[in-house]
Amino acid sequence: MSEIITPSQTVGPYFAYGLTPKGRLKWDPDGTYSWKETIGDNLITPDATGEKIRIEGQIVDGDGKPINDAMLEIWQADAQGRYASPYDSRRPNTQFKGFGRSAVNPNGEFGFSTIKPGSVPGPNGKPQAPHIGFCIYSRGMLRQVYTRLYFADEAANATDQILSLVPADRRDTLIAKKEVQGDTVVYRFNIRVQGDNETVFFDI
Amino acid sequence: MSLIYPRESLSAYPKHLSPEYKSTVKRSPSKPLILMPHTLSELTGPVYGHDVIQEGDNDLTKQGKGEPLGERIIVHGHVYDEDKRPIPDTLVEIWQANACGRYVHLVDQHPAPLDPNFTGGGRTVTDKNGYYKFITIKPGAYPWGNHHNAWRPNHIHFSVFGHSFLSRLITQMYFPGDYLFPFDPIFNSVPDEQARLRMVSSFDLDNTIPDWALAFRFDIVLRGREATPLDTDKH
Ligand SMILES: [Fe+2]
Repeated sequence: MSEIITPSQTVGPYFAYGLTPKGRLKWDPDGTYSWKETIGDNLITPDATGEKIRIEGQIVDGDGKPINDAMLEIWQADAQGRYASPYDSRRPNTQFKGFGRSAVNPNGEFGFSTIKPGSVPGPNGKPQAPHIGFCIYSRGMLRQVYTRLYFADEAANATDQILSLVPADRRDTLIAKKEVQGDTVVYRFNIRVQGDNETVFFDI
Repeated sequence: MSLIYPRESLSAYPKHLSPEYKSTVKRSPSKPLILMPHTLSELTGPVYGHDVIQEGDNDLTKQGKGEPLGERIIVHGHVYDEDKRPIPDTLVEIWQANACGRYVHLVDQHPAPLDPNFTGGGRTVTDKNGYYKFITIKPGAYPWGNHHNAWRPNHIHFSVFGHSFLSRLITQMYFPGDYLFPFDPIFNSVPDEQARLRMVSSFDLDNTIPDWALAFRFDIVLRGREATPLDTDKH
């Protein structure tokens, strides 16, 4: 007989000090305790190979209003398609962890600096198109929602087994558009939690 | 060892839309979630070791120049999977209000005093037996705007990782016998009573330190169980 799992509860509006303390100087000008950030929005390590990219987006609610107190976490493979996890036997040989956390600004905007992931194995041993897993938490969310970011410039999207589970007219919500800003490659990934053009969320 | 993550275990969770908690109305998906198989991307997850923890991070009473005000408490327990196997070396992060029910967060405008010696953030990593321990101050109840005269029961926010992206959990720990339970739509968003009790710590006299601090035990059960041959056949 399995144990009942501990239920999820909302992250609430006040998580910043504990989880995303980068802006803490605003409310602790004395800096009496230097609360170090453990997990941030820059995933790039000096030894990581691959294409450096930015992921940027805005998260809005069912009225289209920016959600100004959300937190996003991402989980991804390295450029060679390997996860830094004991459950991936092909573990990376760099410091690249592939996990990031971003709070949003007052306008609901988030961003990550990372490496474009490679293709990872999928069901039946067939490769998946490169993608990044997203978990979203906020006040008003009693449990996280899970989605995936895919890259607009990947031909492999057409045959990805997970994308093909999504009704064709909603797939677009999972595809980040490429924008080149000077030397920086930005993939724009806006998230609409509810309503017309609602982002696809997965039951996992 | 590989783990499976049956979806039926999630029946312990609140629904995304829980109208009594008003903020869920515009912040919950309205379209059906897409059922997908668990791939390597979901079955893996990050590992944060002792390298990310600083000495004293699990003692919230030692972060200021002096001792914070309030009732000193020990909060401790084990992190388990669904088979009750301990989960070692996993990151546990907490944040909470001070003894007066006020967060250091700028947005919190509850007219209760801030405590210059208390920030309310803590973190630790479970040991090889899945055990963790915090020393802190009992958080106060605080009002919130959900409905007339709405107050949150005393609680500590918990963030835990576990073995994979599927076991990732953010929850709240409550205190036994709180008189605000019947009135709190967040606590009561969990439909099953047994599951609700999972979020309530127990008073732990055996680990109370005489003349110093009361103790509360809070065990956390994350998703993940061992595949049985039957389960494997289903896939
Ligand atoms: Fe809270």
